[in-house]
Amino acid sequence: MKRINTVEELESRRDTLLQEQDSDTLTVTLCGGTGCRASGADPVMDALQQQLKEKGLQDRVSVQVTGCHGFCEQGPIMVIDPENTLYCQVTENDVPEIVEKTIENGEKVDRLLYRDPVSDEMIEKEADIPFYKAQDRVLLGDNRRLTPGNIDDYIANGGYAALGQVLNRMTPEEVIGEIKNADLRGRGGGGFPAARKWETCRDTPSAHKYVICNADEGDPGAYMDRSILEGNPHAVIEGMIIGAYAVGAQYGYIYVRKEYPLAVSHTEQAVKQAREAGVLGENILGSGFSFDVEIARGAGAFVCGESTALMASVEGKVGEPRPKDVHTVEAGLWNCPTTLNNVETWVNVPHIMNKGANWFASKGNESSKGTKIFALTGQVKNTGLVEVDMGTSLNDIIYKIGGGPHNGARIKAVQTGGPSGGCLPENKFDLPVDFDALTEAGSMVGSGGMVVLDENTCMVDVAKYFLNFLQEESCGKCVPCRVGIGRMLEILTDITEGNGKPEDLDVLEQLAWTISETSLCALGKTAPNPVVSTLMYFREEYEKHIRDHQCSAGVCRNLVEYRIDPDRCTGCGACLKACPHGAVEGEKKQVHTIKQDLCEKCGICKNVCKFDAISVQ
Amino acid sequence: MCPESVEQVLTRYNDSRRCLVEVLQDIQDREGYLPEEAIRRVAERLDVPLIEVYRVANFYKSFTLRPRGKHVLTVCKGTACHVRGADRLLDELRGQLQIESGETTEDGQFTVEAVNCVGACALGPVVVVDGEYHGHMTPHKLRGLVASLQES
Repeated sequence: MKRINTVEELESRRDTLLQEQDSDTLTVTLCGGTGCRASGADPVMDALQQQLKEKGLQDRVSVQVTGCHGFCEQGPIMVIDPENTLYCQVTENDVPEIVEKTIENGEKVDRLLYRDPVSDEMIEKEADIPFYKAQDRVLLGDNRRLTPGNIDDYIANGGYAALGQVLNRMTPEEVIGEIKNADLRGRGGGGFPAARKWETCRDTPSAHKYVICNADEGDPGAYMDRSILEGNPHAVIEGMIIGAYAVGAQYGYIYVRKEYPLAVSHTEQAVKQAREAGVLGENILGSGFSFDVEIARGAGAFVCGESTALMASVEGKVGEPRPKDVHTVEAGLWNCPTTLNNVETWVNVPHIMNKGANWFASKGNESSKGTKIFALTGQVKNTGLVEVDMGTSLNDIIYKIGGGPHNGARIKAVQTGGPSGGCLPENKFDLPVDFDALTEAGSMVGSGGMVVLDENTCMVDVAKYFLNFLQEESCGKCVPCRVGIGRMLEILTDITEGNGKPEDLDVLEQLAWTISETSLCALGKTAPNPVVSTLMYFREEYEKHIRDHQCSAGVCRNLVEYRIDPDRCTGCGACLKACPHGAVEGEKKQVHTIKQDLCEKCGICKNVCKFDAISVQ
Repeated sequence: MCPESVEQVLTRYNDSRRCLVEVLQDIQDREGYLPEEAIRRVAERLDVPLIEVYRVANFYKSFTLRPRGKHVLTVCKGTACHVRGADRLLDELRGQLQIESGETTEDGQFTVEAVNCVGACALGPVVVVDGEYHGHMTPHKLRGLVASLQES
């Protein structure tokens, strides 16, 4: 690739690329995010290429594989432009029909169109689908348009224009001023104002400074950073270069989980291209400013989401946090001033520079500006990544975008913010989703996990699940977190096994207070949140477990028993075959029974029974 | 593992102390686990105390000091997968293979792992089989998958 030496050359490169594009060309876009690939996007791609070749259409039709579109539940997703036709759950067997009908003759393949589960209406155009319509896809919209890691695509889409403008016309102080006016708050969890970090880092004298992108995304239930890095790595790099210019850093690291191989490879490719193009490395765009980035791969440790632990990990050490009496913006990586932001924060930076702080601040509400991406998952119809203006209500996200309950069961809560967040009940669903409102209600925005829970979920089990997670992930350095979480987990285990005592709830609250007041890092300080919030909103479920030894949701295994109703059982044998523990017995066409001593109460038998003959007691 | 490959990995990272985690990852990718002799060699060449390399290898979840099976079945235990029945998948594997998560079958064919989140939450519950993602998993589908791997 030819090196771009000036901002003017960048702009003329963009003009040339745009002239080469023809908006009338038939374009088939396939989502190549991890979700769609898991659902079979690769064979669809191969079949499409082959069909087009066989029919001699490869020159007339442009095929693009992009990053994640967000509508993972319906994957593999295919969009055909300029008609904007969206096909969902496409398989390789559908491809010949798509080519013949839609590509050659402009007709729709009705069975592949999206059917709205709420209205049961068939929807032809991507833009008309309620899941997309109610969103404001500033960041995810780019994923849909770009071939990941292709710098020409990124430049044609307006990429690196913000960098050019910053290097040509703005002082570092002006850049920080713009971020401050936009009121950009960190998307990684705490919602700390980005400009304050940048400013302190800039003001701390040092020969070496660093910027870091946190793409570790250890929160179970969140994957927006993965999708952005997979789909649009150049935007992350551009954000980091602008940040580095503002704080005066010469070097940066993108800390990404090894479990995200596609994100790692697309980012590696993007870094290489950016260096070749002259937008990264020595003397960027001829401005005299030099900055380079390297990828550091995480190896699976939730605590590395904490800034001091992450920096220790980048240095190749055990990722343990340290006390923050000196902040990392003053003494971070190798004791040098370091600015750390997460993927979604960095990727907002080029947008703010291009469109201005006022544009950004016009989105959202008083407390939180801009958009936020949430990973909407759990017991809701439309799961996937959704991007909305800050301040959108939980109701709108869960019902308008998510389409409501997944299998008809009543939705009773939403878990936000991952293990550091909490569970909010249905009567809080009118809350605006912003950094402050959710924290006040006992949860948090966190990195954007949003798991919808229905009446088949036991809230005590959910709290136990998170404590179990946190106990495994506690680095063990400080006593409150190491011992305290363990003790809370013991109590919760007792409760879910029918051995709880009435005074346990008070002890849990005392422990929660102590752990959050005295732990060393944010992981420990926020660890009791899932218990505190469920105790606050679902106390009666705890009490029922303790007092009546009952789990209404039928989840806590020690409190339930599975039985086969002899009047309903037809002796079909499905449960016998499905039981992994050999606990079901019975002759074919005879009533079956469950051997209670072998039954592990997993409920697989109940799920496969077509006659509703198995009950939980 | 032939000794050359450890040397090659270290050379690729220019014997950089910073890259200890990446070096160990690459060795594990090649070998399936971290053999003792490889850890000793890494400590030597990076000039890091052996105990520090062991600390790092023990601290991060993705490292294993024991050989794994020919097929690795990774059950995601993320929140979204948990509420959609990930535990049942572990039940199924426990019943079929007679091992708990973290263990390897006696014939060395299968290792079952439970991990915190593989980041494909919308498809939950998810099982990753030898690096390939399988979404909307059910105990029934999983049984079929294991059977097809046993035959292969």
